[in-house]
Amino acid sequence: MLQEILSWLTDPAHWSGPDGIPHRLLEHLGYTVVAALAAIAIGVPLGLFVGHTGRGGLALVGLTNGMRALPTLGLVTFLFLVLGSTQTSTLIALVVLAVPPVLAGTYAGVQDTPRGVVDAAQGMGMTGWQRLWRVEVPNATPLLLGGIRNAVLQLVATTTVAAFVGLGGLGRYVLDGLRVYAYPKVAAGALLVAALAVVLDLLLAGLQRVIVPRGLRLAAVTRRRGGVAREPERVGTDVVAGAVAREGANG
Amino acid sequence: MLGDIVQYLSDPFNQDRILGYLGEHLQLSLLPLVIGLAAAIPLGWLASRTRSLRLTLMGTANVVYTIPSLALFVVLPGLIGTQITAPINVILALSIYTAALLVRPVVDALDAVPGHVIAAATAMGYRPLRRFFAVELPLSVPVLAAGVRVASVSNISLVSVGALIGTGGLGALFTGGFQIRYLPPIIVGIALTLLLALVMDLLLVGLRRALTPWSRVGGAH
Amino acid sequence: MIEFRSVTKRFDDGTVAVDNLNLSVDAGTITVFVGPSGCGKTTSLRMVNRMVEPTEGAVLVDGADVRASDPALLRRRIGYVIQQAGLFPHRTVLDNVATVPLLSGWTRRRARDRAGELLELVGLPTELGKRYPAQLSGGQQQRVGVARALAADPPVLLMDEPFSAVDPVVREGLQDELLRLQAELDKTIVFVTHDIDEAVKVGEKVAVFRQGGHLAQYAEPDELLARPADDFVSEFVGRDRGYRRLSFLDASGIELRDVPTAREGALPEPRPEEWVLVLNAEDRPRGWLPPGSTVDTGSETAEVQPGGSLYTKGTPMRGALDAALSSPSGLGVVVDEDGRYAGVVTAEEVLEAIQQRRAEPEHGEPEQGGFG
Repeated sequence: MLQEILSWLTDPAHWSGPDGIPHRLLEHLGYTVVAALAAIAIGVPLGLFVGHTGRGGLALVGLTNGMRALPTLGLVTFLFLVLGSTQTSTLIALVVLAVPPVLAGTYAGVQDTPRGVVDAAQGMGMTGWQRLWRVEVPNATPLLLGGIRNAVLQLVATTTVAAFVGLGGLGRYVLDGLRVYAYPKVAAGALLVAALAVVLDLLLAGLQRVIVPRGLRLAAVTRRRGGVAREPERVGTDVVAGAVAREGANG
Repeated sequence: MLGDIVQYLSDPFNQDRILGYLGEHLQLSLLPLVIGLAAAIPLGWLASRTRSLRLTLMGTANVVYTIPSLALFVVLPGLIGTQITAPINVILALSIYTAALLVRPVVDALDAVPGHVIAAATAMGYRPLRRFFAVELPLSVPVLAAGVRVASVSNISLVSVGALIGTGGLGALFTGGFQIRYLPPIIVGIALTLLLALVMDLLLVGLRRALTPWSRVGGAH
Repeated sequence: MIEFRSVTKRFDDGTVAVDNLNLSVDAGTITVFVGPSGCGKTTSLRMVNRMVEPTEGAVLVDGADVRASDPALLRRRIGYVIQQAGLFPHRTVLDNVATVPLLSGWTRRRARDRAGELLELVGLPTELGKRYPAQLSGGQQQRVGVARALAADPPVLLMDEPFSAVDPVVREGLQDELLRLQAELDKTIVFVTHDIDEAVKVGEKVAVFRQGGHLAQYAEPDELLARPADDFVSEFVGRDRGYRRLSFLDASGIELRDVPTAREGALPEPRPEEWVLVLNAEDRPRGWLPPGSTVDTGSETAEVQPGGSLYTKGTPMRGALDAALSSPSGLGVVVDEDGRYAGVVTAEEVLEAIQQRRAEPEHGEPEQGGFG
């Protein structure tokens, strides 16, 4: 079995042409990147606004929670039948699914800025913009980037599923293989998708290490070591935030 | 459009089919929730006791969670030798996701149990295993419940992807509707999935309350 | 000077946080707002830098209504220290301290130099400047918080429960440090706390607030302890306030008496039938010779009992009571500044002196509370 998958993957015929691995990989990556950028362009400003002003926070949490239950295959097929075009409908579906994690991560990140820090920023005479850019945005980076990470995973997964409505990308191998019971092709496609997801996640994790300010990383370590006793409720919300951030990545 | 949906729903044949899918969907999402939780508790307990195991388990859980569901659904049969369309693939895959999602909350929850409570339990003569079930596990319910809720919603949404390999509960409404280019089953499928997730969530909130009577009377500890 | 003129704060939900507050804070003093939670002390403080806007009335700083200034500009002229220090976790200690100078348009270099000076001023080694807040202890974080508030040399400093989150020993150190700094800097400081001990220690004047945002009493610490304006204040100040108040009275009003004394190494024989205080060649007390003790062939040092604590003239009266209560003879030994014997007092005499103090109509206000 493994032998067959390997020989499928190493067959030179599968490395060229429009159905070749490089082309499919680039397609997959292309949809993911375009949709991720769109989701960031929409989700980050909106999340910053809601987090900074505190207005609409409840509605936002309700909306993102509801979106988590939305079945990706249902959304993809629904939009395809309504719009008729594979590319347009899939891109809309991808953005719709990627905005909530970005939005939630940004919002949670701004909200995660310690109360006293925001108070001090204000009390020292920072204007609203100064507080946002100099204090809240740097403090939001860990959760904000976490949100982007999960959005990207969601996109890799949904792009795979969207092969069902005719989209290119690595999902083609899985679905085309399933249609003709060519398991090596199915498995090879699945492994490529999984590898792409893992590599992208690692890259973003590396980016996170570079971007998150050192002081915040130190603070997180101090917190984790239990330097300050945490109340169970607080741990609870952390877990929810963390879990929310991880959710739906494999959609 | 609304008329189409009403018409679609009023057909007894469709009703039977939808109910069948709903039952299958419930089974495919609930079973993994229970299995995943049952696996996450001992794994989390082990991880909370040994540092090296903790790092390994958390790392594995993170990687597992990045794997897209369709990929896992179709790779599993190759690994365990099942039929590619067997429901067991979906159940196993979702169980793995659930366990991966819940290991961290279990560890966090166990870490969050105050040291003095454990010390008191030990001083009263509890052995470690008994103490775990009598003290640590109940106290970690609130944190665990939050994780279970997320896993429940996630599972219910993911089951539909299984329709691409032939076992997807309500997901069959999406593939079916797509093939005949007919929207009503797709809309009904989305609505029922959302409804199912909401009902399950409410049930889990109720269950958590029932399991943690102490958290309703003031401080949680 | 800071003035509250008929200030009322009503929140949107209808709760009155501050009710018709009239109060003026003298320039160059530490004024403490103290009271239980929900008494409006923090709300009052936060109206000074417009973190909260009054519903009615006006807050004036140096005669100007704070509402006339842009909030951000106003705040850069008013130092602000809060409970958890509120340091920016993503910035180094030095950059934290330099915040307000940078906001006010100083060059980075000048702001950093200034920040370095301030770290020294609050007693922190300048090497700490390179660290991040997460790498500091709670007490160090609070010192950085104070340094940050002082960075642009604001004439006014607002401190909201600044030392409440640190342990008692560290807290005392920080309080002493604040008093030392104030002696040097002469700022107008408003200090909020819920701890009456802290209030009477750091405050030159203390405003006691009660629930519902009423000012219950505004007085110097000594008077507050001696003459609580009503039952609430006397309850809040606490039952042991009589003892606490001793810290603020010196014993100048107490008449000292004499006791028989004897030189070390030359005790009278036969031993007298009363307590004899043993002094050394420089008249410094060495201990007490108990009445009617027998002349023993053993060493003299075994016979002389160590005395209790000594009370130095001119220091707070609490020490006189301590001396009397800890002395084996029941007589507190009083010494002059050089430590030479001056006389003795009894506990009764100390308490009597306090009673007398209390009866004196110093400020002509009616007496309401009693010594519990």
